[in-house]
Amino acid sequence: MDPRAEPARDRRAERAAARRARTLRGAAIAAISSVVVLGGIAVLIVTSPGWPDVRDTFFNVDVFRESFPAVLDAFWLDVRVFLIVEVCVLVLALGVALLRTSNAPAMFPLRLLATVYADVFRGIPVILLVYLVGFGIPALDIDGLPSEPVVLGGIALTLSYTAYVSEVYRAGLRSVHRGQRDAALAIGLTESQATRHVILPQAVRRVGPPLLNDFIALQKDVALIAIIGVAGEAFRVAQIQAASDFNYTPLIAAALLYLAVTVPLARLLDRWDFERAR
Amino acid sequence: MMPVNAPVLEFRGVTKAFGEREVLHGIDLAIAEHEAVAVIGASGSGKSTMLRCADLLEEIDDGDILLDGEVITDPSVDAVAVRRRLGLVFQAYNLFPHLTVLENVVLGSWRGHGVPRDEAESAARAQLERLGLGGRENDHPDRLSGGQQQRVALARAFSARPRAMLLDEVTSALDPELVGEVLASVRTLRDEGVTMLIATHEMSFAREVADRVGYLHEGRLVEIGPPEQLLAEPREPETQRFLRRLLEAGRA
Repeated sequence: MDPRAEPARDRRAERAAARRARTLRGAAIAAISSVVVLGGIAVLIVTSPGWPDVRDTFFNVDVFRESFPAVLDAFWLDVRVFLIVEVCVLVLALGVALLRTSNAPAMFPLRLLATVYADVFRGIPVILLVYLVGFGIPALDIDGLPSEPVVLGGIALTLSYTAYVSEVYRAGLRSVHRGQRDAALAIGLTESQATRHVILPQAVRRVGPPLLNDFIALQKDVALIAIIGVAGEAFRVAQIQAASDFNYTPLIAAALLYLAVTVPLARLLDRWDFERAR
Repeated sequence: MMPVNAPVLEFRGVTKAFGEREVLHGIDLAIAEHEAVAVIGASGSGKSTMLRCADLLEEIDDGDILLDGEVITDPSVDAVAVRRRLGLVFQAYNLFPHLTVLENVVLGSWRGHGVPRDEAESAARAQLERLGLGGRENDHPDRLSGGQQQRVALARAFSARPRAMLLDEVTSALDPELVGEVLASVRTLRDEGVTMLIATHEMSFAREVADRVGYLHEGRLVEIGPPEQLLAEPREPETQRFLRRLLEAGRA
């Protein structure tokens, strides 16, 4: 028997015990501090002088039950607008990004336009853009241009988000190492084949999480089209219901619906980032 | 008619500068069919630039480079068509990380050369098998060792049967114990009579694979000769100094 084996086993047990104690202590601290902080905030709100009024106007169960079906119904319009705008943005933004990263001389005017576009539309607040497109385009009075508020709202969102998302794509395209293009050319691909088969697939994979992040923002911003009078949009419907009896509970219902979409997206994003980091 | 023993690849007074810095200065070199020429020299001597110029990844400033007797460095020449006749292997492998090993090898002959996909695939499988990579076809490059990745890069560059292979420091990024397997793969290609231009500072590589070895110093090809002569009894004092330094550093 090796006399040194005995103490080694003891130390292993000691270390395991210390690790267990550390984990336990950590969990206890986390639990206690959560109760103190969250409980403190809850107590502060519930004991405030205005709480009974707030409870009745924002968290009224009866009003919630009554208004929820209409708000949910309207929310489908939001989801549809979101999905259509998202697809348009994904395609158009890729086009803008490819234009901006190309260096073909013939593309110069288009490249200039794309640069101006991205700079201008990222600089204008989305709410302002919804107003400008929503009221400006119909005012032009040109036959054939859309006049439906929901279409105009969708166009405004597309213009704004395409500018943002094109920058995300562009960052992805530029992050692919120069050697990848060299290798693609060296095996006999043309410039455009190199982009299509080698650069682009790697770029898109890299920007997945930031793209998803922009779509969480887009999903919320769909509510902005309510301001140009899109009938049947969730926020708008909730607003009208709230205005009829000065009870704001329908707005809470709308907020919960937005959260029902954005929170799962955010979790998905976290998981994706986590898996890539491994 | 082209003379029978016209060089496959030829440099004629090739000069190349990056901005103010002249990297190649009047390079003259002709590589015959089935010949392997190694160019040795310190880092920064212009070895890689020579190969990149031949593959038209860099534009030369003066002189000509010829492939099978045809000037390829004229601005009017279709660079893509020239690159399809050459196979360049990079120091850092530059494999496509989003593709499998098989797809890496297939992409050039399929998309670039227009070979039908199944035909390109069976050729690629056979090539990978010969370079000792059978069974790794469906792995992504990041699952492979550096030596295996570089052998995939060799298979990729060779997939379309180029007129000449250009090997740019293909063993410099590898751990010493992985150099051997890459050398073995290069030798496999050599045994088929593939014409090669090799940039290296690995003396054993130059000695074993090359028919002639040239010493490149500050953008000039100082001397060139059979490996046993140039590596053992160099004529020029610059070459002697370089080899002595390598010997002292234990790299020869």
